[in-house]
Amino acid sequence: MADTIKLEVSRYSPETDAAPHLQSFEVPFRKDWVVLDALNYIKDKQDGSLTYRWSCRMGICGSCGMLVNGEPKLTCATFLADYAPEPIRVEPLRNFPVIRDLVIAMNDFMRKLQKMKPWLIRKEEKPVSEGEYLQTPDELEAFKQYSMCINCMLCYAACPVYGLDPLFSGPAAIALAQRYNLDSRDQGSKDRFPVLSQHDAIWGCTFVGECTRVCPKHVDPAGAIQQYKLTAALDWAKSVLMPWGGK
Amino acid sequence: MKSAAVTPPYTLNHPRWYRKRVSTYWWLQRWEYLRFVLREISSVFVAWFVVLTIAQLYAMSRGSEAYNTFLDFLKNPFIIAFNIISFLFVVYHSITWFNLSARAMSIRVGGKKVPGFMISGPNFVAWLIISAVIGWLLLRA
Amino acid sequence: MDAQPTKLRIEPLLWLLFSAGGVVAAFLIPIHLLILGIAGPLGLTKATEYASASAFLSFPLVRLYLFVLCSLPLFHAAHRIRYTLYDGLQIKHLNEVIAACCYGGAVVGTVIAGYLLWNFV
Repeated sequence: MADTIKLEVSRYSPETDAAPHLQSFEVPFRKDWVVLDALNYIKDKQDGSLTYRWSCRMGICGSCGMLVNGEPKLTCATFLADYAPEPIRVEPLRNFPVIRDLVIAMNDFMRKLQKMKPWLIRKEEKPVSEGEYLQTPDELEAFKQYSMCINCMLCYAACPVYGLDPLFSGPAAIALAQRYNLDSRDQGSKDRFPVLSQHDAIWGCTFVGECTRVCPKHVDPAGAIQQYKLTAALDWAKSVLMPWGGK
Repeated sequence: MKSAAVTPPYTLNHPRWYRKRVSTYWWLQRWEYLRFVLREISSVFVAWFVVLTIAQLYAMSRGSEAYNTFLDFLKNPFIIAFNIISFLFVVYHSITWFNLSARAMSIRVGGKKVPGFMISGPNFVAWLIISAVIGWLLLRA
Repeated sequence: MDAQPTKLRIEPLLWLLFSAGGVVAAFLIPIHLLILGIAGPLGLTKATEYASASAFLSFPLVRLYLFVLCSLPLFHAAHRIRYTLYDGLQIKHLNEVIAACCYGGAVVGTVIAGYLLWNFV
């Protein structure tokens, strides 16, 4: 194999540019290098002004999400060897405003996470003296998958509905709400219901399924959303057919 | 710190964010999006079948002459071609529907989640059996 | 930033209709379309004559079956077409018009099918 590989990296400098453009770099091709290694090499040796987020370099912090050849990926988990000898195009995540180069603004995402009330809601808190809330392994399994989210926003970059409608709550936020709804320790499903059963939340989702496909932690947000649609619809049907049910 | 519709001049503490407009042809830009839109468009052909059925019922209500005219209409080569395309789309709807509904359901047996293909598999089998039964009923006449 | 959001009443019903219609369409429409639109006209199978078709329709159960076959898939299609127009063509400002046309069309089709099936002699 050749000993270098070309990276085409999106550059955007708000001081001088009107729009992003691609800049080519030749980086050494090492079999065990990931795209993040290549970006670090560029910043170290070729262009110190290249700006991007990264942290753990092992797929758990969720910082390094970018588009690699148009596909949302964690750059610390994307090997150069899978693309060589073709050039690799690295761009910031789709559907987010670009602050500089490969860095996007995540304010909207953080706001939507908070909107879901992502904490255990209890009618009455148990006093500390009574000990912990106990949970069986089966009860843990019910929501564990949705708790694996690392907030990397790859699902938002993949979701066409989020691209078309910035008000859409998005896959990670709704999966997070389900993580708490399905937690046996939580009693707040009714509090989250008015936030979730909206045009810009679950009913905006058309089950494209791209979010689940790109998720690096196999959270399956699409499944979470559809399951909640069913829950919400059955709740609605029950409230219509049996309105005398106590709240 | 939202970027304004009119691009403001750059100042040290307020960088101009870049927002890319979503193209009207966003669904052509990736294979996955195109497959999604084709899946959604299959519903148009589902509606076409219902229109055909209602037309058939209407023709029947007008008598055997009208009904035979309807049968001749169905024999028109353009209509047959369109119905073949409709059939392909309708089958695409069925296949994608069974796969989707398997993913939308969370069924647990003994604490473990049932894998998707064990839900969609029986659906496909049921589809074939039901189709065979209905086909036999329709052709018995 | 959000005031207490208004409770959505109609969306769950529309989604349930969409789902039911999707199930009916998935299981039943392919075979019906194959026979009515392809095999029959091409002569691969004997096309149903008027007399036997009328005989079929004399059973109330058949009429009920056909009503369900017509009505639910129409609502399924209306829901999907509405969202495709909304997302695909980005014509959000026409949102209410699109919804009215789509579901309105489904209602009209349901009423016509119901009327024809109820009154057939």
